[in-house]
Amino acid sequence: MAMIDWRLRRVAQAAFTVWAVTTLSFVLVRMMPGNPMGAMVRQLEAQGVNPVRARQLVELRLSIDPDKPIPIAYVEYMANIFQGDLGVSTYYAQPVAEVLAQAMPWTLFVLSWSLFISFFVGISFGALMAYWEGGKLDTGLTSWAILMGSIPYYVLAFMLLIFLAYRLNWFPTSGRAPTGVPAGFNWPYIKGIAHHAALPVMSMLVASGVASLGMRGNSIRVLGSDYLRVARLRGLSDSTISTQYVARNAVLPMYTTLLISIGEMFGGSVVLEQVFQYRGLGYYILAAMYQRDYPLMMGGFMLITIAVVIALLVADLTYGYVDPRAGGQNSDSF
Amino acid sequence: MTDHTDREQNPECDGPDGSGGPSESTDFGVMTDGGNVSSPFDAVSQYEETRRDRYKKLYDAYIYAPVAIVWRDWRARIGFTIVVLYILMGTVGTWVVEPTVVAEGPALAQPFETMQYPLGTDDMGRDLFSQTVHATQEMLKMILSGALFTVTLGTVVGAVAGYKGGTTDTVLSSITDVFINIPGFPLVMVLALLLPIGGNPYVIGILLCVASWGGLARAIRSQVLTLRQESFVEAARAMGIPTRKIVFKDIVPHLMPFVVINLTNAARRVIFEAAALYYLGILPFENLNWGVTLNLAYTAGGHYRPEALHWFMVPMVAIIFISIGLILLGQSLDRVFNPRVRARHEKMSADAAEKINDDAETNTNTMGGL
Repeated sequence: MAMIDWRLRRVAQAAFTVWAVTTLSFVLVRMMPGNPMGAMVRQLEAQGVNPVRARQLVELRLSIDPDKPIPIAYVEYMANIFQGDLGVSTYYAQPVAEVLAQAMPWTLFVLSWSLFISFFVGISFGALMAYWEGGKLDTGLTSWAILMGSIPYYVLAFMLLIFLAYRLNWFPTSGRAPTGVPAGFNWPYIKGIAHHAALPVMSMLVASGVASLGMRGNSIRVLGSDYLRVARLRGLSDSTISTQYVARNAVLPMYTTLLISIGEMFGGSVVLEQVFQYRGLGYYILAAMYQRDYPLMMGGFMLITIAVVIALLVADLTYGYVDPRAGGQNSDSF
Repeated sequence: MTDHTDREQNPECDGPDGSGGPSESTDFGVMTDGGNVSSPFDAVSQYEETRRDRYKKLYDAYIYAPVAIVWRDWRARIGFTIVVLYILMGTVGTWVVEPTVVAEGPALAQPFETMQYPLGTDDMGRDLFSQTVHATQEMLKMILSGALFTVTLGTVVGAVAGYKGGTTDTVLSSITDVFINIPGFPLVMVLALLLPIGGNPYVIGILLCVASWGGLARAIRSQVLTLRQESFVEAARAMGIPTRKIVFKDIVPHLMPFVVINLTNAARRVIFEAAALYYLGILPFENLNWGVTLNLAYTAGGHYRPEALHWFMVPMVAIIFISIGLILLGQSLDRVFNPRVRARHEKMSADAAEKINDDAETNTNTMGGL
């Protein structure tokens, strides 16, 4: 199967996923046994809003008109979503898109650092472990990696919060930016932001444990292969062998793992941002859940899904460039 | 080729030659048709394999040998012990340890000071040790239903998609891909809030795994794609055995090792997600469990009050330990099912080798690509 076909299919599949999730959110709000829509109407009526006005308000907030028949309401809802209208948050009384747009960069900031560091740590530790396979360093680092892999990221977050923030006062205990410092490109502000993001980033380091075990396995597999022996016989230098032969071939499989873990990290940001009271995407989604702010909740869920779908799409589409061996993906090989 | 000539020429065909079947079973050996069978097409088993024999063989191949291999590895010993300890805690432990009540002891008693409250108490005087033990049972129920759900759905969807191909594959793979792409945790959160699930641990276990079967289904599918070319599958197909039987009797058993390893991963995911959702207060709760305890400790300020630190630590340690156990067990299971390790084991223990020889050989053939 030609490359183009496969890529087009992959893009179509990503679009299909986004559509499926959008539809799911419509179904959930409109037809779920819990019936969030009915609950909102009742809530407004109980506050003394007259029924007609209440329905109008619900329509405005959810972008779904409760009186319209389902197919028409569905089409209108989808049209609104594609225009970027996610409804109005009931709790913050602002358009959902605005609330989420100001929170998104903070989450991306923390996530990109976590990803970068865990990838970096994972790869270097994995390579070290593989090089001294069976030695003391290997045993030690393997135990460390297994321990890291067993700790849920939020448990590590609690420990960091308890010991580094509250006991030692090394890091702020909550928030995302220093108070009393004007926002902008000035050193105290940038330093403050980094300081506030440090603990959430460190909590995500647990991922590096799993990554380093993966890297170790890959490297050991590469180290045992024949072409390395041939390379040595050809008299290539150690540095050429280690960078061109071992590292390249061992790192490649990590690339997909890396991009796939973005999805998990987005999901994890909900818990992390609650623990550190870090006002990012996850924080607002959780607040929306507590407040039964359905438009904000669904909007956040959709935004996370789209972000993850795009990340996975990028992973799949670029993998062929990173690893030429995977170039000719046919339908049977994934 | 007639039966008669064959019978005359190859009389040794019907004698037990030692390589065919376990020799100890010849005691039961009765030729089923009572006659002299010699053509390979007429040959029936030299001995009757009773149900008991079959169970014994299965026991040797799938329980005794794996356990024997696992036990050689220190990681496996630790992992196995930890998991068994948790299972005992969740079953026997709940009979032995009484459930705790408010004001059972003093508020925030420190751990390791009295025998009565070995892990201390929370701010309402509830025994933390008893909380941990009783939470285990609920967690085990969630793990059971969740892991079984993931593994069953993942295996069935993956195997059917891979074997059938065509439109079935396209439809099933598209559904699988959607579930792979959706971020699992936010989806589970939204569903937990909107669905009237109540406090039933089995239902919660399934809910937690709603988004996690996709990866397994995709992996199983690619395994089946290679297996369907194998000669034994082609033979079965040629014999006109129904697809359902080929998939679930011939193909899936070869994937069992892979599935078992995924069971431990699914179990870990259930624990992580369940504790997180209880901690966030999104799942409704009736009893105290690790996540609820975390939630209560956090709301009561356990993270900045030194005297309440143990309250926070107890559920965290409970989660970390079972997770270490499952990781170690998963890694060592990987070794058990690794044909090379297995072959080494067979050489070392001749006793077990004789019994599992057949199974190990088929495994080696098909598991090489795993």
